[in-house]
Amino acid sequence: MPSETPLLSTEDLKVYFYGRDKISRAVDGVSYHIYPGETVCLVGESGCGKTVSALSTLGLIPSPPGKIEGGRIVFKNRDILTLDDAAMQKIRGDQISMVFQEPLTSLNPVFTIGDQIGEAISTHEMIGQEALDARCIALLKDMGIPSPEQRLKDYPHQLSGGQRQRVMIAMALACNPDLIIADEPTTALDVTVQAQILNLIKSVQERDSMAVLYITHDLGVVSGIADRVYVMYAGLIVEEGDTRQVFGNAVHPYTRGLLASLPNRKKRGRRLHNIPGTVPNPAYKPEGCPFHPRCSYRVEDCKTVLPHMIDLDEGHRTRCPVMA
Amino acid sequence: MMEKPLNENTEILDAPQAPKVSRFVQGFRLFNQNRMAIVGLVIFVIFFMTAVAGVVLTSGQDPVFNPALVRLQEKLLPPFSRPNLETLKAHEAPTLGIYVLGTDDLGRDVLARMLQGAWVSLTVGFVAVGIAVVVGIFMGGLAGYYGQGGVRYDQILAVLLLLSGIISFFIGWVRLGGGLFLVGILCFMLSLAAGYANKSHLVPTWLRKIAFSFDTLIMRMVDIMLCFPSFFLILTVVALLPASIYNIMIVIGLTSWMGTTRFVRAEFLSLREQDFVSAAKALGVSNFRIIFRHMMPNAIAPVLVSSTIGIATAILTEAGLSFLGFGVPPPYATWGNILSDGKRFIFDAPWLTFVPGVAILIVVLCFNLFGEGLKDALNPKLRQE
Repeated sequence: MPSETPLLSTEDLKVYFYGRDKISRAVDGVSYHIYPGETVCLVGESGCGKTVSALSTLGLIPSPPGKIEGGRIVFKNRDILTLDDAAMQKIRGDQISMVFQEPLTSLNPVFTIGDQIGEAISTHEMIGQEALDARCIALLKDMGIPSPEQRLKDYPHQLSGGQRQRVMIAMALACNPDLIIADEPTTALDVTVQAQILNLIKSVQERDSMAVLYITHDLGVVSGIADRVYVMYAGLIVEEGDTRQVFGNAVHPYTRGLLASLPNRKKRGRRLHNIPGTVPNPAYKPEGCPFHPRCSYRVEDCKTVLPHMIDLDEGHRTRCPVMA
Repeated sequence: MMEKPLNENTEILDAPQAPKVSRFVQGFRLFNQNRMAIVGLVIFVIFFMTAVAGVVLTSGQDPVFNPALVRLQEKLLPPFSRPNLETLKAHEAPTLGIYVLGTDDLGRDVLARMLQGAWVSLTVGFVAVGIAVVVGIFMGGLAGYYGQGGVRYDQILAVLLLLSGIISFFIGWVRLGGGLFLVGILCFMLSLAAGYANKSHLVPTWLRKIAFSFDTLIMRMVDIMLCFPSFFLILTVVALLPASIYNIMIVIGLTSWMGTTRFVRAEFLSLREQDFVSAAKALGVSNFRIIFRHMMPNAIAPVLVSSTIGIATAILTEAGLSFLGFGVPPPYATWGNILSDGKRFIFDAPWLTFVPGVAILIVVLCFNLFGEGLKDALNPKLRQE
């Protein structure tokens, strides 16, 4: 797959948030590439900059306080960071769309879901009311929502959490985008519903050959759906590679720690591993490798020098010279 | 584009559903549960019809009820008193045979005058509050949504130049005013152009610094407007403008938008952080549409309630203005000037103050009850199957 040109490539993206007397370096030089039709997962703990890097792809960083300080985001050979608002609005929803984490609050409570899905379409296309309704019904049917004709007239509070997330996905799919950014779309849902939603995204993706950037902290989900994985820590990519490479042959101590903390059959009855400490505050990151205070393999250099990405295998890279 | 449905077994999807009720019917049912709101609505409808009937019945060459007919021999008669038909000409006799609401100090029929005044109260209330709500929603919406955005020094300079140009133009310094205006337009264009990253060298850096936030600008304007004793501001403006009911409506409207602005801004500050706003942005919806289509309906409930109270206040303000002689020109009756005329005879003829007073009280109360019911009916979360 990496032979084609990437659909989206983010290069050395830096997003800083300016506080009164401190600068939070939420994303500090992140690069990733998404090729047409593939599923890429961005994995990491809360606060490591996953969502911020996704939002900057859509130009939705609240500014002030946020500011994109460097790097490029190239989508279909255009650097979208240099586009103005009007051009950006044409891309949002039409070519790149987003599914948010909280289906409960991501729908406007005062409009019916028919209105909201319809708006997603009519924002980007001139279309008559009847054709619009037909499209909405077709979308809801695709999402597996029962009696879509009647559901169109429902308000968000009349739907269950899973149904709302399906509606959100329908809105994201409405204009057949090339890339869907799914920001932890299943975190707020039950496990059974979670599996359904994942299957839904997967099947839609296969049918319409869309690329999906999937943001999650759930490694179980990642192993199920991802083609390639980027592991983020404190605003940096610390390991990247195929799902098989990252899961089967993790190199970076952070990735290893994450994998070791997953429960599985072999670990039955034993205490799960945990990574000591917490993610550093993005305003006060440690010198050198940001993971070194929590790392059990650290050497003296880790405290002073920020390591570069090191190639290990084809497409498999890591930011740890000690383990590589 | 969606050629192949994803779910092949569509027949299981059509499970039986609860019968659907239309939005309007649901809203009406909810409204119906609130008995006081129904009372408010009924009184409002009666008031509305009275006002319309009043216009029809009291205007024209030979009105059914003549509010301007002076019968000095019949002055200060209490309600339900019979006219002394021997002293009246045929066309001077009250239409209903008796003076239902009495007569005033000039012997004019209070019922006829009340009918005439109802229309004034109605239109003053609605038009003034309409203006106030539109201005308030606009300002509040901008302050709440764009509040973090800054106002730059070059923009302030441009606006000051434009304003001083217009002012000097109007006080007679035509050349100076025109010059200032042109320079102002130039500044404005430059500062607009400087908004684009590649043209920013057009304006010197120190002028491109942010002076204060947009929120500060609007909210301090609100504070300044609130500092004015607004009644005296209205008095001054009305004294300068020709006495006309429309001027009064506009002036009342333009001095009472501050409350709505504060409400809407407060609502918007919390709505702006909601996920559905980010979701709408992620769909490529324009800012204008997000403000007025997505956020406004969520913020409208408190505005509606406050505007019903605003209608009441506008009616009272009009009454006060009429009382001071700045309101609607005298031969035309309004509830306000009936009330204030009657003040002089409050012990001899209490109905002259009582009738318009109670009418204002009832109308104001019905607006408040109605607004309260409307708030529930408009809330989709309270709609149940």
